[in-house]
Amino acid sequence: MGAADLDPQGRPVVVVTGMGLLTSLGEGVAENWRRLVAGQSGIRRITRFPLGGLRTTIAGTVDFVPAEPLCAPELSERMAERVCEEAVAEARIGARADFPGPLFLALPPVELEWPQRRALAAAAGANAAVSYDDLLAAAGTGAFTDVYERFLFGSVAENLAVRFGTKGSPVAISTACASGATAIQLAVEAIRRGETAAALCVGTDASVNPESLIRFSLLSALSTRNDPPEAASRPFSKDRDGFVMAEGAAALVLESLAAARARGARVLGVVEGCGEKADSFHRTRSNPDGRPIIACLRNALADAGITPDDVDYINAHGTSTPENDRMEWQCVSAVFGERAGRIPISSTKSMIGHTLTAAGTIEAVVSLLTLRHQCIPPTINYATPDPALPVDCVPNVARDARMGRAISNSFGFGGQNVCLVLKPAPG
Amino acid sequence: MREAPSGRDALITGIGLVSSLGEGIEAHRAALSRPGPCRPVVDAAGFAPWPVHPMVALEYDRQIPRRGDQRQMEQWQRIGTYAAGLALESAGVKGDAGLLDRTHMVVAAGGGERDYAVDAAILSGMAAAPDPDVFLNERLMSDLRPTLFLAQLSNLLAGNISVVHGVVGSSRTFMGEEAAGADAVRIACARIAAGQGELFLVGGSYNAQRPDILLQYEMGGLLWKREFAGVWSRQPAGGGMVMGSLGCFLVIESRAHARARGAVAHARIGAIATDRCGRAPGAAAATAARQWAGLRPRVDGAAAAVLSGASGAAAATVQERAFLSGLGLPVRATASVLGHSMEPSFIANLALAADVVGQGRLFAPLDPGEMEAPAGGPVAQVVVTSWGHWRGECMALVEPPD
Repeated sequence: MGAADLDPQGRPVVVVTGMGLLTSLGEGVAENWRRLVAGQSGIRRITRFPLGGLRTTIAGTVDFVPAEPLCAPELSERMAERVCEEAVAEARIGARADFPGPLFLALPPVELEWPQRRALAAAAGANAAVSYDDLLAAAGTGAFTDVYERFLFGSVAENLAVRFGTKGSPVAISTACASGATAIQLAVEAIRRGETAAALCVGTDASVNPESLIRFSLLSALSTRNDPPEAASRPFSKDRDGFVMAEGAAALVLESLAAARARGARVLGVVEGCGEKADSFHRTRSNPDGRPIIACLRNALADAGITPDDVDYINAHGTSTPENDRMEWQCVSAVFGERAGRIPISSTKSMIGHTLTAAGTIEAVVSLLTLRHQCIPPTINYATPDPALPVDCVPNVARDARMGRAISNSFGFGGQNVCLVLKPAPG
Repeated sequence: MREAPSGRDALITGIGLVSSLGEGIEAHRAALSRPGPCRPVVDAAGFAPWPVHPMVALEYDRQIPRRGDQRQMEQWQRIGTYAAGLALESAGVKGDAGLLDRTHMVVAAGGGERDYAVDAAILSGMAAAPDPDVFLNERLMSDLRPTLFLAQLSNLLAGNISVVHGVVGSSRTFMGEEAAGADAVRIACARIAAGQGELFLVGGSYNAQRPDILLQYEMGGLLWKREFAGVWSRQPAGGGMVMGSLGCFLVIESRAHARARGAVAHARIGAIATDRCGRAPGAAAATAARQWAGLRPRVDGAAAAVLSGASGAAAATVQERAFLSGLGLPVRATASVLGHSMEPSFIANLALAADVVGQGRLFAPLDPGEMEAPAGGPVAQVVVTSWGHWRGECMALVEPPD
């Protein structure tokens, strides 16, 4: 490994050699990019289940990927397969079902869902009053072993590990809405340790089912601006009223620069630094003084060995909730000072919605595409500026710009904060 | 040959363990050293026909002083947050804002409790509802407690530990049953070895006293439903798991960092390896054989023992028994007395292993029969195995710290 393959701290430089992307906008990196720079929304009225009794009736569902039985782990796995196929094919790494490194998977928490619970109740033959004893009796018949396996926390990662032939024990991660960024961070650390020359990172989330939607709804986290659906996600606007749940997946093949060069791989970008910091203030709210997010941003800059002046674009966490966007602006202002208002900060969640577990991975891919194309996807639905947030959110229309570095922010329930520093492919 | 001490060694400097046997490592040592046959604490009636090992009564106020925090949690989070507090306390980290600010958390977690009454009421009403799907929407909207969501999310054990104990260096949660616990420890140790962190809080918790937990494994046909017996003794009757409530956290720290702050170490995690296979016949044994080949040169066969994480589930337990029988070391399968606790089961065995090497002696057999022989002499090293009931194989070596 030559000096050019190491960063200023003497660690292996970690590069991206393959990417895959699938959202409610469509399948594939090219299709998603085309629609993002065109400012199109993937948010629509939910057709997957009846909407009676719900306050929020829209989401960025992925309805074009077959999954049977339709449940979060199944559709999450199907989407993950497709983005991994795309990323591995682009990287031209390893052989079929023989990826030369570990799998880091960001996955929503797995939980038995209502169709399965209803099937158990039906199998129990209970009529008026159904209890868990009835479900347990039906469970013991041996007719539900496939349900058991599907709803293990480990089965999505296991199946992906088999399909792609990743090495070692696959790691499934949940750091709430920062999970996708945590998966990348774990891979970067493993490559920097010299434990592996390559890693497959994937974030996937297919959580649009009644109970998940209702849980967020009961926390007043979701937009209720149901009509028209595509106008609901409006980060940084004064009239933003919550996030829009969405589904999607993204994958990245990460490699040491030395390994990528040795095999003549095309480098798509560099993961220059990762920062994290947990927040002890509250289970769902950030510390109002912003210290944890500010520390997270500074940790990322320090890990990359750069200063705030080196950052040319921020892909915001930008969920479109009143609180997130205010906190994010407050913390970016603290770190970037008076320059903050001049750094383009767009939220692609305005178009894709909030893909929760997958968001960090999806937005890392979008940030790398932003750097590669030197073009910033916009924040759509920006009609009513919030005077408290004097942010250049690249309103409504994509913008060409010269950018040498981007930051991708991810913040989640449970005090989870992760920031990534990304760079375009060298020279 | 033991490896020479290095500043990058991963030392266990804090242990927080709670289970049916009691609170704290000393209580576990006392329970396991009691003369006579092993006496596990089993609740045979509460979830009959499934025996479970219930959590000992804990005074939660001692580690979770604010009642409001306790109310925001479900039992699995209270157990874990309590155990994390014990671990931080025993490591001398608790309440030290400077240390907590750079303590990295790696938690292995499943999900949280459901509202069983709400589930039952909805299932009961659905059959007669004119539109069952709309009925489901309406009832969930009106009956779910908004904060229950926060008790169900996997990463909200870590979130609660941040809130209650102020651990904020970083926070990562791994999911995936037994393998999640093993990988949490492996990655913490790897980060320490590489200088990617000095001070870690690693652990998990499990509430076995939950109908939805029993439901998951009953669907898999994996639970023991007869009169209680140890994990090996269950095998002639087809095997099965008895779940156990448990919380275990470890403070794992680089030797250099522990030395600089004058922390006393219980043990060193000398090696740890994790892997997976598809469990074709012989595959798990082949994985374990590779892991053992890496450890064997460092193990003194005359003064070593095995703590096995065998769950009792037939397929994996029978294969692990065959593998372990070939090692020639005394074996103890702790699930015979703690029950199986999935994510934290391996971490709890590391805690017990640290205590065994600290005491220099192995406790008496936990299961009658030929698999667990009395230890002949002093024990200075413990090989800790974890074969997941479905997937994942891990092997670690626990040694005295110096």
